[in-house]
Amino acid sequence: MNPANYLYLSAILFSLGAVGVLVRRNAIVMFMCVELMLNACNLAFVSFARINGNLDGQVIAFFVMVVAAAEVVVGLAIIMTIFRTRRSASVDEANLLKY
Amino acid sequence: MSPFSGALAPAAGEISANVAHGTFTQMWLLIALPLAGAAILLLLGRRTNTWGHWVGVLMSAGSFAIAVSIFLAMRQESGGNRAFTQHLFQWISVGSFQVPFDLRIDQLSMVFVLLITGVGTLIHIYSVGYMSHDHERRRFFGYLNLFVAAMLLLVLADNYLLLYVGWEGVGLASYLLIGFWFYKETAAVAAKKAFVVNRVGDVGLSIAVMLMFVTFGSVTFEGVLGSAPKASQTSLTLIGLALLLAACGKSAQFPLQSWLLDAMEGPTPVSALIHAATMVTAGVYLIARSNAIFNAAPTAQTAVIVIGAITLIMGAIIGCAKDDIKKALAGSTMSQIGYMVLAAGLGPIGYVFAIFHLLTHGFFKATMFLGAGSVMHGMNDQVNMRRFGALRTVMVLTTITFFAGYLAILGIPPFAGFYSKDKIIESAFAHSTLVGLVTLVGAAITAFYMTRLVAMTFLGRARWPDDAHPHESPAMMMVPVSILAVLSAVSGFLLIHDNWIVNWLEPVVGFEEPVLGFNVNILQYGTLALVLVSAALGYVLYARRPVPEVAPVGSFLTQAARADLYGDEVNEAVFMRPGQYLTRLLVWFDNRVVDGAVNGTAALIGGLSGRARRTQNGFARSYALTMLGGAALVIAALVLVRL
Repeated sequence: MNPANYLYLSAILFSLGAVGVLVRRNAIVMFMCVELMLNACNLAFVSFARINGNLDGQVIAFFVMVVAAAEVVVGLAIIMTIFRTRRSASVDEANLLKY
Repeated sequence: MSPFSGALAPAAGEISANVAHGTFTQMWLLIALPLAGAAILLLLGRRTNTWGHWVGVLMSAGSFAIAVSIFLAMRQESGGNRAFTQHLFQWISVGSFQVPFDLRIDQLSMVFVLLITGVGTLIHIYSVGYMSHDHERRRFFGYLNLFVAAMLLLVLADNYLLLYVGWEGVGLASYLLIGFWFYKETAAVAAKKAFVVNRVGDVGLSIAVMLMFVTFGSVTFEGVLGSAPKASQTSLTLIGLALLLAACGKSAQFPLQSWLLDAMEGPTPVSALIHAATMVTAGVYLIARSNAIFNAAPTAQTAVIVIGAITLIMGAIIGCAKDDIKKALAGSTMSQIGYMVLAAGLGPIGYVFAIFHLLTHGFFKATMFLGAGSVMHGMNDQVNMRRFGALRTVMVLTTITFFAGYLAILGIPPFAGFYSKDKIIESAFAHSTLVGLVTLVGAAITAFYMTRLVAMTFLGRARWPDDAHPHESPAMMMVPVSILAVLSAVSGFLLIHDNWIVNWLEPVVGFEEPVLGFNVNILQYGTLALVLVSAALGYVLYARRPVPEVAPVGSFLTQAARADLYGDEVNEAVFMRPGQYLTRLLVWFDNRVVDGAVNGTAALIGGLSGRARRTQNGFARSYALTMLGGAALVIAALVLVRL
């Protein structure tokens, strides 16, 4: 199978994630969309590793996973805290930090 | 005349010097003593109020004692061997620019040191009496000591930069002393005026020092004066003119004369010490010291003569119309310094006589100023001569001493001025008849205004204010005045006896016998006759006729002279008004154009920032959109550049 197809899939997944971040208000859903984007990137890295025949992309993909796991921990904690104080996970309502 | 003059003698002075030894190593003490006095009095402040003035007197007297001992030691040395330098420390050391803190004492500095410390000490003693009612007397003595120290540094410096320090110190001390009664607005203004006008002259000196460094690569007397004949005519003329500007400032010569008359706002001993005997002579010292430069720059010399001649006549005319006794004397000082500057411009035939006249003038003008102070002391600080008259009846000693000074300035033999002024007139005639005639006219006017002054003050009928009870001043004041009066009477003869002053100064400033086209006796008798006629005229007009208590309007010339020949008005019209307009223009430019540009830019940036701030709207999703757009842009840019 043509490795470029993996890249197309990766682009589609990334776009889906990006659109999800932009249009959804729920923090959890936005968070999942971010994860989707990250994994789309991972897919692209792995594909490039395959195309180029070396392991660099695979290694970076592992790094991204580690960072994503760490990010999930912090991000979910923040979202939990916001939800507990405001009884809502809508990102549009949490807009006090502005001009 | 002099054993050194003639074909063998160098026309200009010698500048080489020996390293100080024995008594001469004490020369630093000359400056250090009064400086220490000033430091004690000014730093310890009120704690020294009760005894401070005696510290001042003691320091000045100590300096005088050292000066005398150095003078006696110097007399033991041979004529060409009397210059000594003392290296104290390296002051400035920047690459090739080396300025040592060196003192130099030679025959020229010696006479100045003796005059400054001698007359200075007498005036210190006088001031103890004169200022006894002033509760700030201690501060006064601190300033006096500071002045003496600065003046001594000026005449003892061995390079022009150190001389500049003394020069500025003198300016500062003069400012402090003129403005001593600073709570009087006139005194504060006069002090400021003196300071500002002196600064104009100081610019000349600083330019001269810079030119010297450019031309000779050195600012020491030896480096500059020793190689002066080798320098180009243009640079010597420029240096000479810059030095002349400096001399004009300090010596109150035209066109920087305006500060001297106002400086009479200071206490009278200040007028005597600074504005008659010492500070105003600094310009003459500068020209005489720089004789090698002026000898090689005839254009600058001519400028010196012209300035001296103008001031001589101007001062005399102003002296004729003033009713304030101190201002009349100040006009006279201007005029007499004009004589000295003129003589110094004559070259080797004149330097010695300029210094000679400077010495005798120091004595007789100090006598008269202190006499005027004594009169004021007895008349409740009244200075208007129209309210004096007949003071001879109550102030006998003041009258006698004042007359000694009066006869000396007139040049009546055997009083001091006869010898010194006649020599200047003789040298002036030897230079050219025109310059000679100017000095002769000056002598005649001098006789007139001085006769007017003594007639209005001591002769005629009493015109005292009702509350005045004139009385003789205390001995503390009259003893110094009497000593100075004796010096006014005899110093001329003593100094010229056996050509002493000529032989003494000749190794430093050079000397040429003035050669007249006619018999000297004709000139001497002619001058004397002119002076007597002029004095008689003054006597008839101001002693025989009653003097009105309110000044009559007078002719145009009288009005002009009363207004200092419109010196202030000219300065105002030529310098002050255009300066004010210029500053106003600059202020407008600053406010509107410069500030406008700066403030406008700031407002513009501020406004734009206010708009830009609105993008921080708090919605995480719009930030995400911005980020996405940014990332897309970056990628697009990368792709485009790659292509």
